[in-house]
Parts: sequence; structure tokens; C-alpha cells
Amino acid sequence: MPSASHFRCAFRIILCHFSNFLSVAYFVMVNMKLKELECCLQQVDAFEEPKLLLEQYPTSPHIAACMLYTIHNTFDDIENRLVADLGCGCGVLSIGAATLGAGLCVGFDIDEDALATFKMNTEEFELTNIDMVQCNVGNLEPAVYAKKFDTVIMNPPFGTKHNKGMDMQFLKTALHMARTAVYSLHKTSTRQHIQKKASDWKVKMEVVAELRYDLPASYKFHKKKSVDIEVDFIRFSTS
Amino acid sequence: MKLLTHNMLTSHVKGVMKGYPLLIKATEVKVNEVEFNPQFVSRMIPKLEWTAFVQAADGLGQLNDLPNELVPDYEKNEEFLRKVHRVLLEVEVLEGCLQCPESGREFPISRGVPNMLLNEDET
Repeated sequence: MPSASHFRCAFRIILCHFSNFLSVAYFVMVNMKLKELECCLQQVDAFEEPKLLLEQYPTSPHIAACMLYTIHNTFDDIENRLVADLGCGCGVLSIGAATLGAGLCVGFDIDEDALATFKMNTEEFELTNIDMVQCNVGNLEPAVYAKKFDTVIMNPPFGTKHNKGMDMQFLKTALHMARTAVYSLHKTSTRQHIQKKASDWKVKMEVVAELRYDLPASYKFHKKKSVDIEVDFIRFSTS
Repeated sequence: MKLLTHNMLTSHVKGVMKGYPLLIKATEVKVNEVEFNPQFVSRMIPKLEWTAFVQAADGLGQLNDLPNELVPDYEKNEEFLRKVHRVLLEVEVLEGCLQCPESGREFPISRGVPNMLLNEDET
């Protein structure tokens, strides 16, 4: 069953690489196909019953489409690549990556219910370039999957539900797994902390865009209807 | 579970030194049709543990005539790439388990998804 929550987000792309004219043309081209991808991802079914402690919520089709389109068009890190989706949940990022021509996209998640929904989604979309593994990404040895993937994409748990530090665990694991780049979402409030870690780990970090989105009021104890947070879409390069 | 994925999986149960490659004990296997992408297959080949890959294929009775060693100039050899493509991406283990070669611990595969979760005492 699709989630009833509606996500609002403003997506400001920091296009450092293009002149004004090119950026307009690029934007027009990207936006047309971006809408198609977003439309397509709206068909992805979300969690039937999100699990609070796992911080489960679906990545909105709009955010997923914007992320994936940038990864594909600006950085060429999806087509013909071996992609990993950490904390894949119901698979919206993987389905998008597979649709954009990933050689294979492998989703990793701890929750078998989420993976079952992911599997159904994969079958609905008739995608054959997707695979999935059930494991605890927050608890993987660094040697496992080291440098096995070209690209890692993820919308990791932010560590707000008795799982503090989970976002950095995911990031650390992702950086071990990726040969070329890791694309991830992190709270803007943690940007400086992440910059320091990136420097310690000797990886290059680029804030590709700033987003804001509502976390759904799907958890019963939320006082407000939704929580608006600022999030960075970051590219880490390991090569 | 495709064999490309299997090629990456290891057992990291506490104390295990070499949990690779995992032995596939399959009770249900399917072969799908997946679009052939020679560029992708060609790029993946050098990244594979080739011996483990051939062993896994053989164990499933899907070896056909994949060679034990890589042929030179495989990038241009479409016939070879197609054979690799079939085993790497089209063969899928739906049910069964993966067995750690050192500890014997079995990781179940259910509906095509291997469950690599460790128990508390294994981490």
C-alpha cells in the first residue's frame, strides 16, 4: 500500500560546473526526463507498516528522481555500473537506478518485510537487473564487500531512533564498498562533522544539493503533523 | 540471488578466517532472460573471483563450457561474453542455502534473497 504521507521538498541544485546558458539548457533537458523518472518512481510501493526503530520511511519519488538523475547525467555513475543501495528498504533508489541502466543494482537491508515489498516492486516493474541481500549494514566488517561496487547510493537512517551514529556507520561501510563514489543524504546540521570525517578518511566530499523534506508523521507519537528537515545530497569520491 | 552477487558474499562469523567462497546448496534455481550488455559483462570479469565463479556455476550444473581460466582478449569475444552473461546474471538461486567453508554455518536463501544476518554470539 502506498504511503499516505505527502512529501514537500524544494530542490536547489548547486551547478558549479556549468555556465548560465548551459545550465538552463541542461535544466530543461534534465527536467523533462526527470519528470518521467519521478512519475515512474511514484509507482513504487512503500512500507506497509514502517518500523519505528529501524527509522523506516520511503525516499520520496521526487527526491529519488533528482538524486538518481544527477548521479546519472552529471557524473555517469549508474549506466553499466555495479551499484549498491544500502538500507534499500522498499527499493525506490534501486528501481530508479535499474531503470536508468545500471548493469546490476544490489539492495541491502536488514528487514525481510521491506525486502519482500522490494521484491514485489521489482516484479511489478519487470526489472531483471536487480538483486538483494538481507544483512545488517550498520554492523558489517570493513573487509566484507570491500571495493566490490562501482557506485553506492543510499538514504541511510539518520540515527534519530536510539541508533545514534548509524548514518556514519552506513557511510563508513559505503566508502569501503565503493570503487568510485558514494551518494548519500545526511542532515545539513551534521555537515561539518561529516566534513571532518571525510577529511580523516581521506575521501573527497561534495555537497551536490541541499534539500528540505518532511519526515512523515507516520509515527504515532509525533506532536506535529510533520517534521521539516534540511538535508544535504552529498557525493563522496573514493577514487 | 545471482552468481554475480554470490561472488561477493562471505561469511564473517566471529573467528572465521576464510569464509569464502560460500558453497551453494540450491533446492530451486531459475534461469531468467536478462538483457545482454557486453560492456558491463566485460568490465565485471576482471573484478570477479573467477575460480569461485566457475565453481559456483559448476555446483549448479550451469557450467556448460565456461573455461576454468579466462580466455585472452575476452573483451572482443561475444560468444564468450554471452556465456558469462548467462551464468553471471541470468541464473538465479531462489531457494536453498549458502554454507561457510570453514565453520559450516548455513545462511538460508529464501525467495531469491540470501539472509546473511548473524546471531548475537556470532558477531
